[in-house]
Amino acid sequence: MLDGILIGLETVLTLQNLMFVLLGCLAGTLIGMLPGLGPISAIALMIPVTYGFEPASGMILLAGVYYGAIFGGSTSSILINAPGVAGTVATAFDGYPLARSGQAGKALATAAYASFAGGTLAAVLLVVTAPLLADVSLSFQSADYFMLMVLGLSLVSAFAAEGEHLKALMMTCFGLMLSTVGTDLSAGVQRFTFGRMDLIDGISFLMLAMATFALTEALMMVLKPDQVQQRQPDLSHASLKMTGAEIREIAPTISRGSVLGFFVGVLPGAGATIASFLAYGLERMLAHPTVKPLFGKGSLRGLAAPESANNAACTGSFVPLLTLGIPGSGTTAVLLGALIAYGVQPGPRLFVDEPEIFWSVIVSMYFGNIILLVLNLPLIPYIARLLMVPRPYLVPLIMFFSLMGVYLVSFNDFDIQMMVFIALVAVGLRLLAFPMAPLLLGFILGGMLEDNLRRAVTLSDGSLAFLWERPISLTLLVLTLVALVSPLLRRWLSRH
Amino acid sequence: MTRLCCTLLLLLSSALPLKAEVLPEVHFLIPAGPGGGWDGTARGVGEAMVKSHLVDDVSFENLSGGGGGRAIAKLIETADRQQYTLLISSTPMVVRSLQKVFPQSFRDLVPVATVIADYSAFVVPSDSPLQNFADVVAQFASDPRSVKVAGGSVKGSTDHFIFAKAIEMAGGDPRKVVYIPYDGGGKAMAGILSGETQLLSTGLSEAIDMARAGEARVIAITAPARLPDAPELPTLTEQGYALEFANWRGFFAAKGLPAQRYADMQETIARLLATPEFEAVRKRNGWTLLHREGTDFYQFLEQQEQEVGQLMRNLGFLRP
Repeated sequence: MLDGILIGLETVLTLQNLMFVLLGCLAGTLIGMLPGLGPISAIALMIPVTYGFEPASGMILLAGVYYGAIFGGSTSSILINAPGVAGTVATAFDGYPLARSGQAGKALATAAYASFAGGTLAAVLLVVTAPLLADVSLSFQSADYFMLMVLGLSLVSAFAAEGEHLKALMMTCFGLMLSTVGTDLSAGVQRFTFGRMDLIDGISFLMLAMATFALTEALMMVLKPDQVQQRQPDLSHASLKMTGAEIREIAPTISRGSVLGFFVGVLPGAGATIASFLAYGLERMLAHPTVKPLFGKGSLRGLAAPESANNAACTGSFVPLLTLGIPGSGTTAVLLGALIAYGVQPGPRLFVDEPEIFWSVIVSMYFGNIILLVLNLPLIPYIARLLMVPRPYLVPLIMFFSLMGVYLVSFNDFDIQMMVFIALVAVGLRLLAFPMAPLLLGFILGGMLEDNLRRAVTLSDGSLAFLWERPISLTLLVLTLVALVSPLLRRWLSRH
Repeated sequence: MTRLCCTLLLLLSSALPLKAEVLPEVHFLIPAGPGGGWDGTARGVGEAMVKSHLVDDVSFENLSGGGGGRAIAKLIETADRQQYTLLISSTPMVVRSLQKVFPQSFRDLVPVATVIADYSAFVVPSDSPLQNFADVVAQFASDPRSVKVAGGSVKGSTDHFIFAKAIEMAGGDPRKVVYIPYDGGGKAMAGILSGETQLLSTGLSEAIDMARAGEARVIAITAPARLPDAPELPTLTEQGYALEFANWRGFFAAKGLPAQRYADMQETIARLLATPEFEAVRKRNGWTLLHREGTDFYQFLEQQEQEVGQLMRNLGFLRP
């Protein structure tokens, strides 16, 4: 392993490859910052550039683009509530309120530190455990994925503000319902498409997130200007400094988020978005009742958890890609295509046959994370200046970027009409104090919940025994019960 | 005046016997977002067209929605503005118009030419006791539920019915096939490797990468004969089950263009397939060449539609 790292260092530490890490991170960050354009578009755009490079250099560049895009996505989530990437939707829950309260610099810096720590911790985990993890990513069956999604749903109570549990539950159900629109995988039947061709592929998660967050927020700024307070942002470099107490507060959060994110990322059927939601829910559940009300209103922990988890999950997704040749997400599928085009065959033999590629990608992850941090920290006060734009100009700007972002993914004008419609409904719901985050939680988990349950039932020939017969499912089932019972137990204990 | 000059130039150039390019430009309409199979094929073909100087000006337009139906509808509606447009499509177009996912079919467009094919492949984990398709048939005969088939697409799609067809040809009941759909070929592969399913039915281009990774074995492909790029893979035909099936990828144009235009499009593609530039793109992506043009392509589509339709009715996916 040590000589592996040395091989990797030798490959990465050439002037040319370091330039590629830098170039990749820079391009990825810029593309990722544009709402809607995520790592898939960023990588697809950069692949033609890499033809003719050494395979290791090409992969180093693309891996840089990948992190850069995830990192850049968090910037637009925090500043204008418009998630650039599905994996950074959860970042907006606490990042945006924090930015609005005048602490944009601190929010961006926390995101940068959390991403850096998440990415680096995950890269260490990857080096130490990569060959073993191939088995982990294959040990999960449909039944286990189903239970993982159930565990995720049980965290919904964590997403509810005090006394708003019923509303959070209703919004989760609404999200689950929206996830059933489109062609049903298990029967090949169209559901709730109302004969419209454009609904066959279902509703896009990113579009839903942009409509319910960015667009709705912009409309609320117009409707209730006094409610959406915007404090003057502190743009000094000093505002990026974190106090010792703050560091002590988020350090455990980041380590939990990173480990959870990494393992969820290793599973080909889950991914960065699920990881960030799970980390956010877990953090909120673990929080002491005195700090709990801060979540959703600008908690540093609520920001650090999803940020560290989504970066760690991206690193984790390289495990099935490099060791098994299995792409777990759209992004890694595009990366797999690039590897094949370079003439590299990912799989168990990759780090025997072409160790310099395997190790240089892993080593470049360390450097990529360092470069992202160095690149972005000094820029934060300038990026945060976006918030100085007067509201009459900012609102149309947010609307323009979120509508364009959604259009640039599908090039289908129906998506824009649907987005506006959803935003109008969401404004109505927000005026009635319905929370939007549980809607997204229900939506993102719903599709996978249903597909995995139906697969598991077909596979077990109709029996439901898989719920307790498989050790992984059983563990997850117990965890779910703990998650559901512990708040009641805690309340009961505090009373007696 | 400029227009006159242009017309003269055009006339002159078309009168020349050895013209370098037959089409001034090509606009590719891709019925899906960036990063998928259609997108990769169109961009690869476009890249080779420019590099081999067959076409000067190539542009791409992604338009997703409706399983590809949205782009087809647009090509039909705006036919008069789509003078140099080539729409990329593949076998799912035939399947989806049979299923009435979208109201149009290939008859509403003009089939220009196919360029490549992807054959279907049946894959098992390396340590599976199944060695060839006869083993699969035997195990299916003893208990159809003991051979659960994973696929990366919805129930009733190509991955599903090709396996069902092979079982039918071997004397089994295709309706008893237990098909487990996954969201993408990668997840389906993880499904067979985790041991929850026994066999994977997918496209060869996807299967071959996984097989070369060493975790899985290809037991049969639906090519007419062994492929020059992968001679180690056995065909279904040589194992005694005469099933051939090509998932073609090819180009369509709008109706109502000047007749010469279609001929020019066909000629451009035919010339392109012979260039070293296209060969480089083909090799890089591991594609198998499949060239059919004009009426040949049209008849091929009619035949595929008839075969697939018959099969889907047998399987109960279409009302008879």
